[in-house]
Amino acid sequence: MGNLAIIFKRELMSYFATPLAYIFIVIFLISNGIFTFDLGGLYARGQADLLPFFSFHPWLYLIMVPAIGMTLWADERKTGTIELLLTLPVRLADAVLGKFLAAWALTGIALLLTFPIWITVNYLGDPDNGVILAAYIGSWFMAGGFLAIGSCMSACTKNSVIAFILTVSICFLFVIMGSPILLDAFPGWVPQILVDAFSAMGFLTHFDSIAKGVLDIRDFLFFSVFIAAWLMASAIVIEMKKAN
Amino acid sequence: MIEISHLTKNFDQFTAIDDLSFTVKEGEVLGFLGPNGAGKSTTMKVITGFLSPSSGTVTIDGHDISTSPMAAKSLMGYLPEGAPSYGDMTTLEFLNFIAQVRGYRGEEIARRVQHAIDEVELASVSQQTIDTLSKGFKRRVGLAQAIMHDPKVLILDEPTDGLDPNQKHHVRELIKNLARDKIVIISTHILEEVTAVCSRAIIISQGKIVADGTPAELESRSKYHQAVSVRLTDDYDLEADLANLPDVAAVEKDEENKLTFTILAKEGKSIFSQVSEIAQSKQWPVTEFHVSRGQLEDVFRTVTQQSTSQQSMPQQSMSQQPISQRQQGAE
Repeated sequence: MGNLAIIFKRELMSYFATPLAYIFIVIFLISNGIFTFDLGGLYARGQADLLPFFSFHPWLYLIMVPAIGMTLWADERKTGTIELLLTLPVRLADAVLGKFLAAWALTGIALLLTFPIWITVNYLGDPDNGVILAAYIGSWFMAGGFLAIGSCMSACTKNSVIAFILTVSICFLFVIMGSPILLDAFPGWVPQILVDAFSAMGFLTHFDSIAKGVLDIRDFLFFSVFIAAWLMASAIVIEMKKAN
Repeated sequence: MIEISHLTKNFDQFTAIDDLSFTVKEGEVLGFLGPNGAGKSTTMKVITGFLSPSSGTVTIDGHDISTSPMAAKSLMGYLPEGAPSYGDMTTLEFLNFIAQVRGYRGEEIARRVQHAIDEVELASVSQQTIDTLSKGFKRRVGLAQAIMHDPKVLILDEPTDGLDPNQKHHVRELIKNLARDKIVIISTHILEEVTAVCSRAIIISQGKIVADGTPAELESRSKYHQAVSVRLTDDYDLEADLANLPDVAAVEKDEENKLTFTILAKEGKSIFSQVSEIAQSKQWPVTEFHVSRGQLEDVFRTVTQQSTSQQSMPQQSMSQQPISQRQQGAE
């Protein structure tokens, strides 16, 4: 077991040592229920799929995932344990990745616990479970994207509330980047290629197709690269801001 | 052996460490002294590899902390200021985690953890969450993680800060026991601690070394070194009797206790026998009579204030302004 795994285990256990993980999971499940059945009208649509369930995820994650991400580094900085952790023979990359993966695993656990909704549609109809599986994985990857932003913002400050607000703001930007509201706001003289590039950075652009069951490896690649980039930024920020 | 050579650390506003060079050998317990904001903690953070130096090098047994941090870090145990630890874990969980990160596997983990727990007497709280522990126990948890891997180099940032006298004594005993074949660097601003545990003391001020030597050597630089302290039962004019002694520098009268006098010797002179002869021949009404080794506190004040006044700043702001600026950045 390398240091990455040791840090991962410690972080994940610490989520469950406090009520944080349980509160997160309960609120996540309740909101998912409300979004899917009440607002999404899963029954009224009369279709055996989970589109209403998944299409709310970007908005749900926008609030819930930064709440997990905000403590990642801000708390280490606040309690001074960052000094302990980084003077142990641990590579910074292991620390950044281990902490991120633990938080990502927590969102994965929360996501897995939504399985009753999946059972419901299987009981009521005959959905395409391959599409649902792909959408679940896509949703988890998107959560990872939000979380990676959270990791970087959390590294910027020792105040986790500030980290939360920063993360929500930046995540919001990436969510709406691909949406027509923002794209229509571009004046006509902006070259199309710029608008396309801008839209390609948006979470919705990639997640909408995943949620509809269009399994494109490029969408997964987008989220993977996105996560890697923000985690690298986290490491750079931590390295730079260690002194304060 | 730790070799620190031309170490400099600049922050945005100021220089926290200014061209610092020294070496520490096995068996030495180095007391790192200095006023608040002098650069003690920053130096320790650079030595342990938490901060990277602006220039200069730190090598631990030949391993440069900047170029081979993993090797250097595995040789060191570090207690950061305030002894931070993961508060939501129990003592045992936390120490298990440290043992694993330190590379121990299988049964060795339990053995190492048990050894550390015994060494700092943590057995009674091993199942408690660290957040619920008292300050003294938290400090001991910090010490336990630092000594877990029996490191060659032990760096302790204010290890006794905030402890009660019994706990202080215990920690000092512990440091003395650990020190035999190791290098120990402790920072402190409690001067009695230096006399109690250190074999060498370095005083730094504004990021520079202003004094370096054994505690006894430093004490001998005090103006109270070889001074004779006398306490009388009745008022008596000592100064008249001492006026003829060439080695007496001055006589100080205690402000509060009017019958206590301190007779200062000129530098490098011993006046005890001369003063004692006069005291006998003139029959001073003496109740106490002893020689002072010198006061570290006095040396500390002299050397650290000299270095601040060299900055040629106006008298009023000289001691306050640079220090408060420094604290903001360093803490």
